Amino acid sequence: MAKTIVPIGPYHPLQEEPEFFSLTVEGEKVVDIDVRIGYNHRGIEKLSEMKTFDQSTFVIERICGICSTSHPFAYTRAVEDIISVEVPERAKYIRTIIAEGERIHSHLLWLGLAGHFLGYNTVYMWVWKLREEILDVMEILSGNRNNYAMFKPGGVRRDIKQEDIPDVIKKLDSIIPSLTMIKKAVIDDPVIHARTKGIGVLSKEDAINYAALGPTSRASGVARDVRKDAPYGVYDKIEWNMIVTKNGDVFDKVIVRILEVLEAIKIMKECLLTLPKGEIDLNIKDIPPGEGIGHVEAPRGETFHYVRSDGTNRPVRHKVRAPTFMNLPTFKATVVGETISDATIILAAIDPCYCCTERMAVRNIKGTKLYNGEDLIRLSQEKTEKIKRKMGL
Amino acid sequence: MIYLFYLIFYGFLLTAIVGLLASWIDRKVTARVQYRVGPPVLQPLIDIVKLLGKETLIPKGASKMTFLGAPLAGLASVILVSTLLWVNNVSSNSTFLGDLIVVIYLLTIPSVSIIMGGFASRNPLASLGASREMKLILGYELPFVLAVFVPVIKSGFSIRLGDILNYQLQNGVIIGSWSGFIAFVVVVMCIQAKLALVPFDIAEAETEIVGGPLIEYSGSGLAVYRLMKNMLLFVLPFFLMILFMGGLRFDGIHLLWGILKYVGLVAIITVIRNTNPRVRIDQAVRFFWGPMTVLASISVIMAFLGL
Repeated sequence: MAKTIVPIGPYHPLQEEPEFFSLTVEGEKVVDIDVRIGYNHRGIEKLSEMKTFDQSTFVIERICGICSTSHPFAYTRAVEDIISVEVPERAKYIRTIIAEGERIHSHLLWLGLAGHFLGYNTVYMWVWKLREEILDVMEILSGNRNNYAMFKPGGVRRDIKQEDIPDVIKKLDSIIPSLTMIKKAVIDDPVIHARTKGIGVLSKEDAINYAALGPTSRASGVARDVRKDAPYGVYDKIEWNMIVTKNGDVFDKVIVRILEVLEAIKIMKECLLTLPKGEIDLNIKDIPPGEGIGHVEAPRGETFHYVRSDGTNRPVRHKVRAPTFMNLPTFKATVVGETISDATIILAAIDPCYCCTERMAVRNIKGTKLYNGEDLIRLSQEKTEKIKRKMGL
Repeated sequence: MIYLFYLIFYGFLLTAIVGLLASWIDRKVTARVQYRVGPPVLQPLIDIVKLLGKETLIPKGASKMTFLGAPLAGLASVILVSTLLWVNNVSSNSTFLGDLIVVIYLLTIPSVSIIMGGFASRNPLASLGASREMKLILGYELPFVLAVFVPVIKSGFSIRLGDILNYQLQNGVIIGSWSGFIAFVVVVMCIQAKLALVPFDIAEAETEIVGGPLIEYSGSGLAVYRLMKNMLLFVLPFFLMILFMGGLRFDGIHLLWGILKYVGLVAIITVIRNTNPRVRIDQAVRFFWGPMTVLASISVIMAFLGL
């Protein structure tokens, strides 16, 4: 049979962001996939280097509208790593509460979109209605629905008012029954089973070899979670379970996310009830020269930030690695061999976030050619050779 | 002359009006189920009028005649089916031998026209959608025709729609019998596929292949397809009513019953489309050739036994 290229993107109703998948198909079957990103590049890292440490927090928050907590969280941890300080206890609790709130709304957003990709628009609308509640909670806590602006190096910017806590807990409790209903509906629906079970399987070996992160790896049976492996915030002080399933198909990725939402509600409530009194900010004045790293478990996996300071009030280097960067290559293992109908949901199953991922785009000097992965490897090897020659190795 | 009158007023105008209204009901109910507000009553009409005023783009290298002719062929066949159904329903004596077969034939033309349009537009996604539509037709036609046998057997092996209606007038509706009910369930699933609604909107799946065969259509071509689909939303349930529910009668309380039957059918279609995700094409074909064909066969055997 003749091979055809089916383009998905850069403008396609599949996903909201511009990205390009070229699927090589034989009939309905996908035999190869090529992913090209770079349509969303904004030069955030360079921007961050031009701002002061405090201002950078706001820039970093705008890397992605959904991970608007994970990035500043990782960044502030990196800056605190340079100074080697611990933030006050109350600030740690508040940070954890905001981070879990973000996880809930991000997972619900994905769940709705997954329903949409499967043509199940009722689930899409219902889950997003549910998500409104959690956005309201975040508005009560931080004053904002999406970009919370709660983080700063050394603590948090805003305190949680004691009188808000009962309202917030009531709202959190109110979404549990609806969520349980949706969980049951997903687990019991035979058509959802037919569409997601055994589809886009990422085996445990592949998950380890591709270094998949977050729910993508946990659905494949790899117990990998920064919150457990290198606890930050107050994740080591409260009781919670890491959700791990073993099949690695789309169905398991759905289940992992739904259960994580319930777990996140539990963590949020626990933190709100045991919120200690005290300072919320260290009032850091100077950042000494040095370098630091910070990593947190974003809803999609581990977000990693590296910051270097030369003693001035600006970072001289800021590197961001978003979880989607690691999860994207798993498409080679999951999409190839499936049909085009299934490719849609498999491509969405890692919960990709391209604006998080796009840190770099390389063009040649004339600006006509965008380099792809192979070109970049070649460029990198050439550069290494050049350096080797220069150093006489 | 009387046929021309039926063709223009019943076949086209009335069907179009009821179809647009039904598509509004479908959209409004869907919206309310999904916590949305939903469109105003005239929205389906406004959509079509607006599309008619837009530029019609013909893709480079496409076969112009087929590309523009396909929607018209589909619309024409729907109008013809509708006329036949109305003629039979209003005066069941003006039926002719084999009009049931003509109707079944003509009802496949809209799907065929979508396939034609899809392949003519020379877009890989459109071809993919068209080939899916083709597989889907192969899937649902078998149980559909089998299930339609049941009213034929019940009415004493008549392939005239008028006779089937007269039989039901005297002996009660066919859906009242066990075989009739099973056949009705099968046909409801088949018309869900004929209408290209979830879970069988595989050919047009907007999140997979961006509308499939309709991807290159714009302006009046798309408007004609939209009108065709809206009219099908009347014609197919109407066909079902004639076959299984005694048609639409105009005397007093029966008219209300008729309208309730129709709205009920539209409601069933809407509920099915709102409580299911889209299935894959192989699953759809397996579904129609497996359980649905078995059910249809059982209902035919039961009808033979007089159940």
